[in-house]
Amino acid sequence: MAHSARTDCPELPDFSLLKRLAQRSAHLPQHEVDKLYKVEHKPVVSTSDQLCFLIRPRIQTVKWIYVANADKAAGRFRRYKIIFTPRKFYACEAMLEEQGIFGEVTTDEWSFCLLPLDDDVISMELPEFFRDNFLAGDQRWVRTAGSALHLLHSLYGPFSKLYGIGRCSKMAYESWREQVEEGEQTARRAEIGKVFLIDRDVDFVTPLCSQVVYEGLVDDIFRIKCGCVEFGPDVTSSDKSLKVMLNSQDKVFNEIRNEHFSNVFGFLSQKARNLQGAYDKRRGMDIKQMKAFVSEELKGLKQEHRLLSMHIGASESIMKKKTKQDFQELLKTEHSLLEGFEIRESISFLEEHISRQVSRLSGRINNRLLSPTGLLPKDYRSLKAQYLQSYGADHLLTFSNLRQAGLLAEQPAGEALSAMESKVGKLVNDKTAGKLTDAFSSLARKSNFRALSRKLNLVPKSDEEYDLRVPRDMAYIFSGAYVLLSCKLVEQVLERDGWTGMDEVTRLLNGHEFAVTADARTQGDARRVVLVMFLGGCTFSEISALRFLGREKGYKFIVVTTAITNSSRLIESLLGNQI
Amino acid sequence: MMKSKADEEDYWNSSKFKAFTFDDEDDEFSRLKESKRAVNSIRYLVEEDDDEEEVEKVSWSGEPVGSISWSVSETAASNQKADREPAFPKVSADSGPMSRSHSGYSLSSLFKGKTKGGNFQSLADSPSDPSVRLYAPELRKPKSEYKDYVSDWSPEETVQRMQQGKVVSLEKFRSLQDKLLLLDYAVNAHDGNVITAVLIYLKRTLSKEVLFRELESRQTALRHLIHYLTETRDQRLLLELLRSLLPPGHTWCCVSFYLMGFILLFLLRALGRMEDVALLQYKEHLSIADENRRRDFLKNCLSLPFSPEDSAHVQDHYTLLERQVIIETTDRQAERGGKVEVFQKFPRKASILNMPMITTLYYCCFYHYTESEGTFSCPLNIRQTFKISEKQYFVTALAARAKLKAWSDVDALFTSRNWLGFTRKKSPLSFQRVVDILQKNSAPTQVLQNYVALVDDAELRISLAQKHKCHDIVINTYRDLKDRQQLLGYQVKLKRGSAEERKIDELLNNPQIRWKN
Repeated sequence: MAHSARTDCPELPDFSLLKRLAQRSAHLPQHEVDKLYKVEHKPVVSTSDQLCFLIRPRIQTVKWIYVANADKAAGRFRRYKIIFTPRKFYACEAMLEEQGIFGEVTTDEWSFCLLPLDDDVISMELPEFFRDNFLAGDQRWVRTAGSALHLLHSLYGPFSKLYGIGRCSKMAYESWREQVEEGEQTARRAEIGKVFLIDRDVDFVTPLCSQVVYEGLVDDIFRIKCGCVEFGPDVTSSDKSLKVMLNSQDKVFNEIRNEHFSNVFGFLSQKARNLQGAYDKRRGMDIKQMKAFVSEELKGLKQEHRLLSMHIGASESIMKKKTKQDFQELLKTEHSLLEGFEIRESISFLEEHISRQVSRLSGRINNRLLSPTGLLPKDYRSLKAQYLQSYGADHLLTFSNLRQAGLLAEQPAGEALSAMESKVGKLVNDKTAGKLTDAFSSLARKSNFRALSRKLNLVPKSDEEYDLRVPRDMAYIFSGAYVLLSCKLVEQVLERDGWTGMDEVTRLLNGHEFAVTADARTQGDARRVVLVMFLGGCTFSEISALRFLGREKGYKFIVVTTAITNSSRLIESLLGNQI
Repeated sequence: MMKSKADEEDYWNSSKFKAFTFDDEDDEFSRLKESKRAVNSIRYLVEEDDDEEEVEKVSWSGEPVGSISWSVSETAASNQKADREPAFPKVSADSGPMSRSHSGYSLSSLFKGKTKGGNFQSLADSPSDPSVRLYAPELRKPKSEYKDYVSDWSPEETVQRMQQGKVVSLEKFRSLQDKLLLLDYAVNAHDGNVITAVLIYLKRTLSKEVLFRELESRQTALRHLIHYLTETRDQRLLLELLRSLLPPGHTWCCVSFYLMGFILLFLLRALGRMEDVALLQYKEHLSIADENRRRDFLKNCLSLPFSPEDSAHVQDHYTLLERQVIIETTDRQAERGGKVEVFQKFPRKASILNMPMITTLYYCCFYHYTESEGTFSCPLNIRQTFKISEKQYFVTALAARAKLKAWSDVDALFTSRNWLGFTRKKSPLSFQRVVDILQKNSAPTQVLQNYVALVDDAELRISLAQKHKCHDIVINTYRDLKDRQQLLGYQVKLKRGSAEERKIDELLNNPQIRWKN
C-alpha cells in the first residue's frame, strides 16, 4: 500500500506522475499494492497496519501525516514509513523529531529527479523550485539540480563545455562540480557535448507572453501535466473526456506541435485529405490487395484518423475560446508592450479588462499588468488600485510577492537617464522597491528590457511582413513579433563559444555568467548535442524555439527543466491570497 | 479506502524485508538470529559495503580504518588544517554516487548526539526499517571510538558530509565562532537543506537576540530562516525577527531623513521590512472566517506601517467589508421577508461578504440601483467612497442593468445633456465595447442597434451591424456611402420578402440618390 502526496497546491502534477510511473512498472502489483491514495489533510481510513507515504519533502505535508493519523491517541498501533522524493530534508525530519515520533515513523528517500517527457525534454517535476528559489530565496533545490546534472553527466558525459547565466545556475554548476569531484570518473564516449544553464529570472518576459505555437496553446488552455492532457467533451465531441499523452509518439501532434497556430488548420485539413485518399484506395481492390490493405495499412490509418480528429477538435475548441477572450486584442497589446509603442492604448485595454473582471482570474490580467518593459509609476499605481478593486484587496500580498521575485517593476521616469542615474532615480521614485539585494538588482534589470531588446534585436521591425509559413527566425513563435530572450542567449553563446563580446548584454542581465571548458576531448556528433537546463521552469514555446534553432544551426537540443511553466502557472505560484 | 485483505500481512512478510518481521518470536536467541539475517540482507542492499566485512580497510596512511591510531592521526590532521581538501579517505561513504542514495542521516544523532546503542535499539524496535543500513557499518565500531569519529569534523567537513547526507553531530560546535563558521560554510556550499539544518541547530542553541543580530549581515541565511519559519507557521518568531531588523527607535514617519547614499539604501531595505511586517500581519485576516471578527481585525490593521499606497488599499478593504456586513444583513432579511421583488425574481446566488470591490459594486447596481445616495448600498455612494473611475463604474453598471434587461436604465447611463438642453449619447467606453457587453447579456436586436448606430467608424459599424443582424443600420450606412454594389450584395443575404429587402428595393429605385458605383 502506498500513499502519495501533493505538496501544497492541488494542481501540482505529482500524483499523475506517480500513477504514470506505477502503471509502467510491474512492481506495485507484485507487492500487492493495489491502489494509490492521495495524502490529504484527513485520517487515512484503512485496515492495514502498515502505511507508506510517498511525499515531497515539505514540512506542511509531514504535519498532515502526523496530525491526521494520531493513531497512538486512538490506541491503535500502525507502522508508518515516509519516503521523501526527490530528497529528504533535515527540516522535515526535525519536524518528526520535535513531535516525538522520529523512529516510530521511519523515513527514506527516493532520489527520483528526471522524468523524460519526450525524446528531447526531461522534466524534474519540481514546480516549487521557482517559488522556493526566486521568491523565498531558499536554496534547497540547488543540490538537487546539481545531482540531476551529475546523473546526466555520469550517463552521457563527460561534457566538453558548460555555459550559464544567473545566480542559481552558477550555484547548480558548483554543486555539480563538487559532486563530480566526490565521485569517480569513468572514461566513456561522450554523448552530450555542451551544457547551457539558465535561470528563469534572467528572462521573465518570454514565459509571460501568451503562447501561439500549438503545443504552447494546448498547455495554456488545457494544461498539460506530466506530458498528459485531458481533453474535455467539447474537444472529443462526445460526453466523455479523453486523457492522452502528448509527445513525439503521436505522429500528428509531432508535426504540428512547433507550428504557429495559424498554420495548424491548413496542415490538419491537408492531412485529412490525404487520409481520405488513403481510405479511398480500397475501392477497386481485389481480395488479395484488400487483405494486404487491412493487415498493413488499416490499423495505422485508423490510428491516424483518431489522432487527427482529436487535434482538429482541440484546435476548434482553442479557436472558440480565443475568440471569446478578445485574443486578437490581447496579442496586440502584448506586442505593443514588447515594442514599447502605444503604451497608452495598452494600458487602457488593461483597465477595461480589469474592470470587467474578465479572464480566468488573475493570471491573464496580471500577465499584462507585469508589462515586462516596466511601467511608469503613475500608471502602475493606478492599475494596481483598479486591480485590487476588481479582484480583491487580498492581492496586496500578490503584488508584494511579484515585487520580490523581480517580476514587477515601475519604470523610472525618463529613459535617457544614465545607468547610475536611473538606479538612484529608481530608489527615489520607487518606494516599493524591496530588498536591496537580489530583488533589487533584478528590479534594475527588469526595466532594462528595452535596452536588451535593442542590443539583441529581439523585436523585429514591425513594418516588414512576416511569413509565418516560412519562419526565418525564432520570432515566428510569437507571430514574428518577438524573439525569445532566453533562446537568443543560447544561440549567441553557442555561436561565440562563450560570452565574449556580450559584455553589455550580461551587464544588463545582471551578470553571473560563466563559460567553462570541462573536457576538451569530445569529438564527433556529441559536440552538436547541447543540453539546455532551465532552472525555474521553461515554456513549450521555448522548447519549440530551440527545436527550430537546432534545425537551423545543426544542433540537437535536449531540454532539462525543473518544470514546464507558462504565464498562469508562473503567476499562480506567486499569488499571495492563499493562506 | 484500502481493501482489507487477509493476505495483506502475508504480502509484507513475503517482501524482502521479511527478515525484519518477528512479531511473534520474542526469545533472545531468535532475535539475535534475525538481527544477523538483517545485517546480511543489508549487505546485499549496499553492495559497496560488502568488502568491508571481508577485507580490512586501509586508510591512506596504511593503518586499518577504524583502529584507534588511525582515527587519532586523522583527527590531528583535520585539526591542523581545516580549509584544505578533505584529507579523509572515503570511509563510510565508499565510492561513487550510488552509496549516497543508500546512506542517510539521522537527525536525532545530529542534534541529540544519540549514541550508537540507541541506534541499535532502533534497529530492534522498528525491524522493518531499511534505514538501518545506514547504521550498519558503524555497528562494528566500539562506542567510544564512534564518538571521536563523528564529532571531530571541521566545520567545512561537517558541511560536506551533511551535503552528502551522512551522519554528523553538530553538538560540538559550541562557541559562537564555531557556529557561525559552520553557517558560513553551509552558505558557501549553496545547499539550502544544509543551511536550514544548521539554522535549526543555531535557533535551538542561541538566544534569539544573538541569532538575529548575526543573521543581519548574512542575507542568504536570513532568507532561509524566514522561509523555514514561514513553513513551520512560526508567525510569532517571524514577526519578532522582522521587528528586530528594524533600526532601533525607528518610527514610521522619519523616512525622509535618510535620503542619501548608503543610508538611503539602508532605509529602503528597512522600509521593505516594515512593509513585510505589516503585510504579514495583514495576511492573518485570511485565516479568520467570521466576518465580524475579520472586520475588527482589519480595523486594527489600519495602524500598521504599510506604505502610504498600500495603507489606502487596506483602508478600502476595511471599509468595504464593513459595508458588506451591513448590506448582507439587510439583504438577507429582505430576501427572507419575500417582499422585495428583485430578490424574488433573481435570488442571490452567494453572499456578498468578502467579495472584491467591483463585484460589490455590481451587486449593488443589480439590487440597489435606485436607492438614494445616503445609503451604504447605493452604487453612487460606493463609487464616491472608493473613488472608482468613471470607466470602471460605467462598465459595471452597464453589465448589471443589462443583465436585468433594464434597458431604460442602460439608456440613461449614456444620456448627457448639454447646456442647451439637448440630449446626446456619450460613453467613456467605445460603443463597440458597449455593444459587446450588451450582446453578452443577450440584449435584443432593437436595443443593440441603438448602440451600433453610434459607432463612428463606418467600416466598423457595418461589420458590427452585420454580426448582430441590425439590417437597418447596414442598409443606411451603405446608403450614406452611396455604395450600390454593396447594397445589392447585401440584399442577397436577406430573407425574401422581408421588410429590409423591400427597403433596399426602394432605395435602389430612388432616383434622387447619386450612387458612386
